[in-house]
Amino acid sequence: MIARRRLLLAAPLGVAAAGGVAFWSMLTRMQGGTFDPHDIGNPMLGKHLPDFDLPGIAPSPGFSSRDVLAAAQRQPVLINFFMSTCIPCAEEAETLDALSRQGVAIWGIAWEDEPAKSAAFLDRYGNPFTRVGTDRRGTAAIDFGLYGVPESYLIDRTGRIVWHMAGGLSDVVVEQQLTPALARARV
Amino acid sequence: MKAFLVALCLALLSAPAWAISDPREMLPDPAQEARAEQVGSQLRCLVCQNESIEDSGAQLAHDLRAVVRQRVAAGQTDSQILAWMVARYGSFVRLSPPLTLTTLLLWATPVLALLVGSGAALVGRRSFAPAPAPLNAAEQARLDELSRPA
Repeated sequence: MIARRRLLLAAPLGVAAAGGVAFWSMLTRMQGGTFDPHDIGNPMLGKHLPDFDLPGIAPSPGFSSRDVLAAAQRQPVLINFFMSTCIPCAEEAETLDALSRQGVAIWGIAWEDEPAKSAAFLDRYGNPFTRVGTDRRGTAAIDFGLYGVPESYLIDRTGRIVWHMAGGLSDVVVEQQLTPALARARV
Repeated sequence: MKAFLVALCLALLSAPAWAISDPREMLPDPAQEARAEQVGSQLRCLVCQNESIEDSGAQLAHDLRAVVRQRVAAGQTDSQILAWMVARYGSFVRLSPPLTLTTLLLWATPVLALLVGSGAALVGRRSFAPAPAPLNAAEQARLDELSRPA
Protein backbone atom coordinates (compact mmCIF):
# COMPACT_ATOMS: atom_id res chain seq x y z
CA MET A 1 0.00 0.00 0.00
CA ILE A 2 2.84 2.38 0.96
CA ALA A 3 4.73 1.40 -2.19
CA ARG A 4 1.66 2.25 -4.27
CA ARG A 5 1.28 5.58 -2.53
CA ARG A 6 4.96 6.36 -3.22
CA LEU A 7 4.43 5.45 -6.85
CA LEU A 8 1.42 7.76 -7.06
CA LEU A 9 3.46 10.58 -5.55
CA ALA A 10 6.38 9.95 -7.91
CA ALA A 11 4.23 9.77 -11.04
CA PRO A 12 3.47 13.51 -11.31
CA LEU A 13 7.09 14.32 -10.54
CA GLY A 14 8.18 11.94 -13.27
CA VAL A 15 5.77 13.48 -15.76
CA ALA A 16 6.96 16.99 -14.85
CA ALA A 17 10.61 15.92 -15.22
CA ALA A 18 9.97 14.30 -18.63
CA GLY A 19 8.10 17.43 -19.75
CA GLY A 20 10.98 19.58 -18.55
CA VAL A 21 13.56 17.58 -20.46
CA ALA A 22 11.42 17.63 -23.63
CA PHE A 23 10.87 21.39 -23.32
CA TRP A 24 14.57 22.01 -22.72
CA SER A 25 15.58 19.99 -25.78
CA MET A 26 12.93 21.79 -27.89
CA LEU A 27 14.23 25.22 -26.81
CA THR A 28 17.84 24.18 -27.46
CA ARG A 29 16.95 22.97 -30.95
CA MET A 30 14.93 26.14 -31.63
CA GLN A 31 17.91 28.25 -30.55
CA GLY A 32 20.26 26.25 -32.77
CA GLY A 33 17.87 26.63 -35.68
CA THR A 34 17.34 22.89 -36.15
CA PHE A 35 13.71 23.01 -35.01
CA ASP A 36 11.00 25.47 -35.96
CA PRO A 37 7.53 24.90 -34.50
CA HIS A 38 6.04 26.96 -37.34
CA ASP A 39 7.75 24.89 -40.03
CA ILE A 40 5.19 23.46 -42.42
CA GLY A 41 7.49 20.93 -44.10
CA ASN A 42 7.95 22.27 -47.61
CA PRO A 43 6.49 19.83 -50.18
CA MET A 44 8.74 21.36 -52.85
CA LEU A 45 11.70 19.54 -51.30
CA GLY A 46 12.89 16.91 -53.81
CA LYS A 47 10.96 18.58 -56.65
CA HIS A 48 12.35 20.41 -59.64
CA LEU A 49 13.16 24.11 -59.42
CA PRO A 50 10.05 26.10 -60.48
CA ASP A 51 10.21 28.29 -63.60
CA PHE A 52 10.77 32.00 -63.09
CA ASP A 53 12.39 34.97 -64.77
CA LEU A 54 13.16 37.88 -62.47
CA PRO A 55 14.45 41.38 -63.16
CA GLY A 56 17.55 42.51 -61.26
CA ILE A 57 18.38 45.62 -59.30
CA ALA A 58 19.14 48.09 -62.11
CA PRO A 59 21.61 48.29 -63.74
CA SER A 60 22.52 44.65 -62.87
CA PRO A 61 20.52 42.04 -64.75
CA GLY A 62 18.31 39.61 -62.86
CA PHE A 63 18.19 35.90 -63.50
CA SER A 64 15.87 33.14 -64.56
CA SER A 65 15.46 29.52 -63.49
CA ARG A 66 17.38 28.55 -66.67
CA ASP A 67 20.40 30.57 -65.44
CA VAL A 68 20.23 28.72 -62.12
CA LEU A 69 20.07 25.35 -63.87
CA ALA A 70 23.09 26.24 -66.04
CA ALA A 71 25.11 27.33 -62.98
CA ALA A 72 24.01 24.26 -61.00
CA GLN A 73 25.71 22.09 -63.63
CA ARG A 74 29.04 23.37 -62.28
CA GLN A 75 28.25 23.43 -58.57
CA PRO A 76 25.17 23.41 -56.31
CA VAL A 77 23.38 26.77 -56.09
CA LEU A 78 21.92 28.08 -52.84
CA ILE A 79 18.94 30.34 -53.56
CA ASN A 80 18.30 32.75 -50.70
CA PHE A 81 15.12 34.84 -50.40
CA PHE A 82 15.62 38.05 -48.42
CA MET A 83 13.97 41.39 -47.73
CA SER A 84 15.43 44.68 -46.56
CA THR A 85 13.10 45.06 -43.55
CA CYS A 86 13.61 41.51 -42.29
CA ILE A 87 15.71 41.22 -39.15
CA PRO A 88 16.64 37.51 -39.47
CA CYS A 89 17.90 38.34 -42.99
CA ALA A 90 20.32 40.86 -41.50
CA GLU A 91 21.27 38.32 -38.83
CA GLU A 92 22.16 35.63 -41.36
CA ALA A 93 24.21 38.05 -43.50
CA GLU A 94 27.45 37.11 -41.73
CA THR A 95 26.84 33.38 -42.25
CA LEU A 96 26.02 33.93 -45.95
CA ASP A 97 29.14 36.05 -46.33
CA ALA A 98 31.30 33.29 -44.80
CA LEU A 99 29.69 30.72 -47.12
CA SER A 100 30.32 32.83 -50.23
CA ARG A 101 33.97 33.33 -49.19
CA GLN A 102 34.24 29.52 -48.97
CA GLY A 103 33.14 29.41 -52.60
CA VAL A 104 29.47 28.41 -52.19
CA ALA A 105 27.38 29.84 -55.05
CA ILE A 106 24.57 31.88 -53.46
CA TRP A 107 21.95 33.57 -55.59
CA GLY A 108 19.66 36.10 -53.92
CA ILE A 109 16.02 36.89 -54.54
CA ALA A 110 14.66 40.08 -52.97
CA TRP A 111 11.09 39.29 -51.90
CA GLU A 112 8.36 41.98 -52.01
CA ASP A 113 10.90 44.75 -51.82
CA GLU A 114 11.67 47.97 -53.63
CA PRO A 115 14.93 47.53 -55.59
CA ALA A 116 16.43 50.69 -54.04
CA LYS A 117 15.79 49.32 -50.53
CA SER A 118 17.23 45.91 -51.45
CA ALA A 119 20.33 47.64 -52.83
CA ALA A 120 20.70 49.68 -49.62
CA PHE A 121 20.37 46.45 -47.58
CA LEU A 122 23.15 44.80 -49.60
CA ASP A 123 25.34 47.91 -49.19
CA ARG A 124 24.86 47.84 -45.45
CA TYR A 125 25.16 44.12 -44.67
CA GLY A 126 27.37 43.01 -47.57
CA ASN A 127 26.47 41.27 -50.80
CA PRO A 128 27.22 37.53 -50.72
CA PHE A 129 25.23 36.88 -53.92
CA THR A 130 26.55 35.88 -57.35
CA ARG A 131 23.33 37.21 -58.89
CA VAL A 132 20.36 39.08 -57.44
CA GLY A 133 16.78 38.96 -58.73
CA THR A 134 13.75 40.89 -57.51
CA ASP A 135 10.41 39.20 -56.93
CA ARG A 136 8.31 42.28 -56.28
CA ARG A 137 4.90 40.58 -56.42
CA GLY A 138 6.04 37.41 -54.66
CA THR A 139 4.81 35.13 -57.45
CA ALA A 140 8.11 33.24 -57.88
CA ALA A 141 8.23 32.82 -54.09
CA ILE A 142 4.80 31.14 -54.07
CA ASP A 143 6.05 28.62 -56.64
CA PHE A 144 8.87 27.82 -54.21
CA GLY A 145 6.34 27.30 -51.41
CA LEU A 146 7.91 30.19 -49.51
CA TYR A 147 6.00 31.48 -46.51
CA GLY A 148 8.38 33.98 -45.00
CA VAL A 149 11.83 35.49 -45.34
CA PRO A 150 14.57 34.42 -45.13
CA GLU A 151 14.25 31.04 -46.80
CA SER A 152 17.00 29.13 -48.59
CA TYR A 153 16.85 26.35 -51.19
CA LEU A 154 19.76 24.24 -52.40
CA ILE A 155 19.62 23.21 -56.08
CA ASP A 156 21.69 20.27 -57.32
CA ARG A 157 22.89 19.63 -60.87
CA THR A 158 19.69 17.85 -61.82
CA GLY A 159 17.79 21.02 -60.92
CA ARG A 160 16.08 19.49 -57.90
CA ILE A 161 15.59 21.23 -54.56
CA VAL A 162 17.69 18.96 -52.33
CA TRP A 163 17.70 20.99 -49.13
CA HIS A 164 15.53 23.73 -47.70
CA MET A 165 15.62 26.01 -44.70
CA ALA A 166 12.71 28.22 -43.62
CA GLY A 167 14.36 30.81 -41.43
CA GLY A 168 17.79 32.34 -41.01
CA LEU A 169 20.99 30.37 -41.58
CA SER A 170 23.18 30.09 -38.52
CA ASP A 171 26.58 28.44 -38.04
CA VAL A 172 24.81 25.49 -36.38
CA VAL A 173 22.47 25.03 -39.36
CA VAL A 174 25.38 25.30 -41.79
CA GLU A 175 27.46 22.79 -39.86
CA GLN A 176 24.69 20.28 -39.14
CA GLN A 177 22.60 20.53 -42.31
CA LEU A 178 23.91 22.64 -45.18
CA THR A 179 27.50 21.30 -45.27
CA PRO A 180 26.35 17.64 -45.44
CA ALA A 181 23.71 18.60 -48.04
CA LEU A 182 26.34 20.38 -50.14
CA ALA A 183 28.63 17.36 -49.91
CA ARG A 184 25.80 15.06 -51.04
CA ALA A 185 24.88 17.40 -53.91
CA ARG A 186 28.52 17.58 -55.10
CA VAL A 187 28.92 13.80 -55.42
CA MET B 1 -30.75 56.00 -30.48
CA LYS B 2 -32.89 54.91 -33.41
CA ALA B 3 -30.11 55.72 -35.83
CA PHE B 4 -27.71 53.71 -33.69
CA LEU B 5 -30.02 50.69 -33.72
CA VAL B 6 -30.41 50.92 -37.48
CA ALA B 7 -26.64 51.12 -37.86
CA LEU B 8 -26.21 48.15 -35.53
CA CYS B 9 -28.73 46.07 -37.48
CA LEU B 10 -27.04 46.97 -40.76
CA ALA B 11 -23.66 46.03 -39.30
CA LEU B 12 -24.99 42.69 -38.11
CA LEU B 13 -26.68 41.98 -41.44
CA SER B 14 -23.65 42.81 -43.53
CA ALA B 15 -21.42 40.09 -44.97
CA PRO B 16 -18.32 39.15 -42.98
CA ALA B 17 -15.54 41.69 -43.42
CA TRP B 18 -12.58 40.09 -45.18
CA ALA B 19 -9.06 41.40 -45.01
CA ILE B 20 -9.13 42.78 -48.54
CA SER B 21 -7.55 46.16 -48.00
CA ASP B 22 -8.00 47.47 -51.49
CA PRO B 23 -11.21 47.07 -53.51
CA ARG B 24 -9.05 46.76 -56.63
CA GLU B 25 -8.07 43.31 -55.33
CA MET B 26 -11.64 42.15 -55.89
CA LEU B 27 -12.86 40.56 -59.10
CA PRO B 28 -15.35 42.69 -61.08
CA ASP B 29 -17.80 39.80 -61.37
CA PRO B 30 -19.58 39.38 -57.99
CA ALA B 31 -20.19 35.64 -58.58
CA GLN B 32 -16.52 35.04 -59.30
CA GLU B 33 -15.50 37.19 -56.32
CA ALA B 34 -17.83 35.15 -54.08
CA ARG B 35 -16.25 31.93 -55.32
CA ALA B 36 -12.74 33.32 -54.77
CA GLU B 37 -13.70 34.28 -51.20
CA GLN B 38 -15.14 30.83 -50.65
CA VAL B 39 -11.93 29.14 -51.88
CA GLY B 40 -9.70 31.60 -50.02
CA SER B 41 -11.52 31.02 -46.74
CA GLN B 42 -10.50 27.33 -46.94
CA LEU B 43 -6.81 28.22 -47.29
CA ARG B 44 -4.55 28.80 -44.33
CA CYS B 45 -2.37 31.87 -44.14
CA LEU B 46 1.06 30.27 -43.58
CA VAL B 47 2.30 33.34 -41.71
CA CYS B 48 -0.32 33.55 -38.97
CA GLN B 49 -1.28 29.88 -39.32
CA ASN B 50 -4.66 30.22 -37.63
CA GLU B 51 -6.38 32.52 -40.08
CA SER B 52 -7.54 31.99 -43.63
CA ILE B 53 -5.90 34.02 -46.37
CA GLU B 54 -9.17 35.96 -46.69
CA ASP B 55 -8.92 37.03 -43.03
CA SER B 56 -5.21 37.71 -42.81
CA GLY B 57 -3.46 41.01 -43.35
CA ALA B 58 -0.08 39.39 -44.05
CA GLN B 59 1.71 40.18 -47.31
CA LEU B 60 1.82 36.49 -48.28
CA ALA B 61 -1.96 36.21 -47.75
CA HIS B 62 -2.37 39.23 -50.03
CA ASP B 63 -0.28 37.50 -52.73
CA LEU B 64 -2.17 34.22 -52.34
CA ARG B 65 -5.53 36.02 -52.56
CA ALA B 66 -4.35 37.54 -55.85
CA VAL B 67 -3.37 34.09 -57.16
CA VAL B 68 -6.74 32.60 -56.17
CA ARG B 69 -8.54 35.42 -57.99
CA GLN B 70 -6.39 35.04 -61.11
CA ARG B 71 -7.19 31.34 -61.18
CA VAL B 72 -10.90 31.85 -60.58
CA ALA B 73 -10.98 34.42 -63.39
CA ALA B 74 -9.13 31.94 -65.63
CA GLY B 75 -11.99 29.51 -65.08
CA GLN B 76 -10.27 26.94 -62.85
CA THR B 77 -12.40 24.81 -60.56
CA ASP B 78 -12.19 25.00 -56.77
CA SER B 79 -10.44 21.65 -56.55
CA GLN B 80 -7.89 22.67 -59.20
CA ILE B 81 -7.02 25.78 -57.20
CA LEU B 82 -6.80 23.83 -53.92
CA ALA B 83 -4.56 21.21 -55.60
CA TRP B 84 -2.30 23.97 -56.94
CA MET B 85 -1.90 25.37 -53.41
CA VAL B 86 -1.35 21.93 -51.83
CA ALA B 87 1.43 21.19 -54.37
CA ARG B 88 3.33 24.23 -53.06
CA TYR B 89 2.46 24.32 -49.39
CA GLY B 90 1.28 20.81 -48.50
CA SER B 91 -2.03 19.73 -46.99
CA PHE B 92 -1.34 22.09 -44.08
CA VAL B 93 -2.44 24.98 -46.31
CA ARG B 94 -5.99 23.62 -46.17
CA LEU B 95 -7.78 24.64 -43.00
CA SER B 96 -9.71 21.40 -43.23
CA PRO B 97 -7.07 18.87 -44.33
CA PRO B 98 -8.14 15.71 -46.19
CA LEU B 99 -8.24 12.40 -44.34
CA THR B 100 -4.92 10.66 -45.10
CA LEU B 101 -2.57 8.41 -43.16
CA THR B 102 -0.73 11.43 -41.74
CA THR B 103 -3.90 13.28 -40.71
CA LEU B 104 -5.57 10.16 -39.33
CA LEU B 105 -4.61 10.98 -35.74
CA LEU B 106 -5.88 14.54 -36.18
CA TRP B 107 -9.30 13.39 -37.36
CA ALA B 108 -9.48 10.47 -34.90
CA THR B 109 -8.60 12.57 -31.85
CA PRO B 110 -12.22 13.45 -30.85
CA VAL B 111 -13.23 9.78 -30.98
CA LEU B 112 -10.08 8.70 -29.14
CA ALA B 113 -10.62 11.35 -26.47
CA LEU B 114 -14.20 10.15 -25.99
CA LEU B 115 -13.06 6.52 -25.71
CA VAL B 116 -10.27 7.32 -23.24
CA GLY B 117 -12.63 9.52 -21.22
CA SER B 118 -15.38 6.91 -21.03
CA GLY B 119 -12.79 4.25 -20.15
CA ALA B 120 -11.40 6.39 -17.36
CA ALA B 121 -14.91 7.13 -16.06
CA LEU B 122 -15.79 3.42 -16.08
CA VAL B 123 -12.59 2.40 -14.28
CA GLY B 124 -13.05 5.25 -11.82
CA ARG B 125 -16.59 4.11 -11.00
CA ARG B 126 -15.50 0.52 -10.44
CA SER B 127 -12.65 1.39 -8.11
CA PHE B 128 -14.86 3.35 -5.69
CA ALA B 129 -14.68 1.68 -2.24
CA PRO B 130 -18.01 0.13 -1.16
CA ALA B 131 -20.08 2.24 1.23
CA PRO B 132 -19.20 1.57 4.90
CA ALA B 133 -21.51 -0.77 6.82
CA PRO B 134 -24.27 0.99 8.75
CA LEU B 135 -23.58 1.77 12.42
CA ASN B 136 -24.54 -0.88 14.93
CA ALA B 137 -26.56 -0.05 18.01
CA ALA B 138 -23.54 0.62 20.27
CA GLU B 139 -21.91 2.93 17.70
CA GLN B 140 -25.17 4.80 17.16
CA ALA B 141 -25.52 5.33 20.90
CA ARG B 142 -21.95 6.66 21.07
CA LEU B 143 -22.61 9.03 18.14
CA ASP B 144 -25.80 10.30 19.79
CA GLU B 145 -23.89 10.90 22.99
CA LEU B 146 -21.13 12.81 21.21
CA SER B 147 -23.49 14.95 19.18
CA ARG B 148 -25.75 15.83 22.15
CA PRO B 149 -25.43 19.55 22.95
CA ALA B 150 -23.43 20.05 26.11
